[in-house]
Amino acid sequence: MNILVCITHVPDTTSRIAFTENNTKFDKNGVQFIIGPYDDYALARAVELKEANGGKVTVLNVGEAETEPTLRKALAIGADEAIRVNAFPSDSYFVAKQIADVAKQGEYDLILMGRESIDFNGGMVHGMVGEMLGLPSFSPVMVLEMEGNTAKITREIEGGKEKLEVNLPFVAGCQEPIAEWKIPNMRGIMSARTKPLNVVEPTDNTKLTEIAQYELPAPKGAVKMIDADNVEELVNLLKNEAKVI
Amino acid sequence: MSVLVFIETEDGKIKKSSREAISYGAAIGEVTAIALGSVSNEELASAGVNGATKVLHAADEKLNAGLIQPYTEVIAKAFESTGAEVLVTAKSSLADAVVGRVSVKLGAALASNVSELPKTDSGFVVKQSIYTGKAFVNTTLTTDKKILAIKKNAIELKTDGAAASVEAFDVALDDALFGAKITSSEKAEGDVLLPEADIVVSGGRGLKGPENWGIIEDLAKTLGAATGCSKPVSDMDWRPHHEHVGQTGVKVSPSLYIAVGISGAIQHLAGVNSSKYIVVINKDEEAPFFKAADYGIVGDAFEVLPKLNEALKKALA
Ligand SMILES: Cc1cc2nc3c(=O)[nH]c(=O)nc-3n(C[C@@H](O)[C@H](O)[C@H](O)COP(=O)(O)OP(=O)(O)OC[C@H]3O[C@@H](n4cnc5c(N)ncnc54)[C@H](O)[C@@H]3O)c2cc1C
Ligand SMILES: Cc1cc2nc3c(=O)[nH]c(=O)nc-3n(C[C@H](O)[C@H](O)[C@H](O)COP(=O)(O)OP(=O)(O)OC[C@H]3O[C@@H](n4cnc5c(N)ncnc54)[C@H](O)[C@@H]3O)c2cc1C
Repeated sequence: MNILVCITHVPDTTSRIAFTENNTKFDKNGVQFIIGPYDDYALARAVELKEANGGKVTVLNVGEAETEPTLRKALAIGADEAIRVNAFPSDSYFVAKQIADVAKQGEYDLILMGRESIDFNGGMVHGMVGEMLGLPSFSPVMVLEMEGNTAKITREIEGGKEKLEVNLPFVAGCQEPIAEWKIPNMRGIMSARTKPLNVVEPTDNTKLTEIAQYELPAPKGAVKMIDADNVEELVNLLKNEAKVI
Repeated sequence: MSVLVFIETEDGKIKKSSREAISYGAAIGEVTAIALGSVSNEELASAGVNGATKVLHAADEKLNAGLIQPYTEVIAKAFESTGAEVLVTAKSSLADAVVGRVSVKLGAALASNVSELPKTDSGFVVKQSIYTGKAFVNTTLTTDKKILAIKKNAIELKTDGAAASVEAFDVALDDALFGAKITSSEKAEGDVLLPEADIVVSGGRGLKGPENWGIIEDLAKTLGAATGCSKPVSDMDWRPHHEHVGQTGVKVSPSLYIAVGISGAIQHLAGVNSSKYIVVINKDEEAPFFKAADYGIVGDAFEVLPKLNEALKKALA
């Protein structure tokens, strides 16, 4: 199986988010970047499928040179090859177009992504790529098993889940428990240094959105502590102060 | 401005989040809504209460399941045939999977997680929640056609409209769009849907085991709330995966979130930080969750919850 996995390079889930230059730029100061957690599930599943069925896993990121350590980490986890489209990922449509154009250059049986990025939380790149390539797309996918050329997938629906069967090729936005996150071992880290990482230039510069300005939410007020023997006080506050019950 | 709103239904009822999307649409223009699959005319006409003038109904039974490509086709056709400028939908698992495709089909800019009405004095600017609720971004949509996916529980419901007219909307759907076969479907019946809920009661590892969830469920029942949990709880299969709240699970934005025996790891907080009020019940006064809470009780969940449930029952009787 020839699998393309699209990964984001995003701030670690524990990062404090701040902005600079009059709230127009993300403040990278002190921020650790990681493979998006959902993309990490997609990657882990791709590596398992390769191990079971043979084939190749290619990881792809649309980003500037600073994302290369993140791509190398994906190679250490078990991808065979990496592609970086050398551009700032400034709009979901722009990113999707780059991914679709890379996908057209290779014969991929499966294109795996995360259900959403954890920076902009768009959840839309998989659908965009599916439509651009004329392929089915599914999200959020929690199980993906292969039986010959047919995939058995389970997708989450609100309040439950649904099982589907579909033939390759298609696009899937993944989430747990599709696979367990893989931690790179020493051998993986060593071999990642020599695996190919190809840099290509963007094919199209169309963007449909522009960022104006970032904002931080208003700070939370102090917590009111209530004695465990006085739950009536909590009920009173919820009813008469917060007015939520 | 002419607005098309995509309505999602659940057990034959229009979802609350879709009613919010209609209210949003009505605040910016004249709303036609589109509904897919089997649902009664009476229910669809009630979209008028929230501000829809007309509801188009693609009643084909094949559309009862939320299949992504057929939905894309119907929604794009409805957008074009109504001459709409903006498509509005609630942000949901289904809408996420569909609107990206619609956006490419129509050449429309798409903004997700929209939390306020647009500003239109210079361009069309919307405020989106990003970094899992840790920040906002103001984004300009530069195309003539636009798509907005609205964050749940962010928009006040309009409730004073008159009934909408309902019209059949038939679209010829190519079999090729139904390439994926649904083989089974499981759904919790009758429960309050977690992403839609106005009140959520969540339990963490502090509850010690799935056999102890009765106290969470009792409290949820009293409040008409949905139940949620932390990631380890669903990882250990104490609770189903669709109840997992946080960075890598469901992001909720209820009026009231009650967290019981959850420590308040940053990844959990990321999924609940747009709740209006947060109550934390934890036996450890140092638990980080208290810093994110409005009201807190230091105590043993197994003693506090039954007492709280009784007090609430009395107050709500
Ligand atoms: C410092 C910084 C500045 C940014 N500025 C902007 C900005 O100005 N405008 C803007 O729209 N976004 C900006 N982003 C976010 C950008 O990288 C988004 O991730 C990208 O636009 C996709 O958005 P999305 O949330 O819709 O993706 P989603 O649809 O949520 O992503 C779904 C999946 O698509 C794949 N995917 C998404 N993005 C990429 C990518 N770049 N490369 C490979 N695969 C990918 C992943 O598998 C992901 O899980 C910025 C991010 C950072 C860290
Ligand atoms: C990339 C990444 C993504 C993640 N995503 C998520 C996510 O989406 N959602 C999520 O929840 N987690 C997520 N996590 C995990 C997160 O870091 C925490 O490990 C997790 O939230 C802890 O769950 P918990 O609070 O239930 O358990 P614990 O941290 O073990 O806390 C249990 C709490 O219960 C209290 N307690 C014990 N007994 C009682 C009692 N009798 N009465 C009252 N209180 C009691 C304890 O004082 C303690 O505070 C993620 C982690 C990573 C690395």
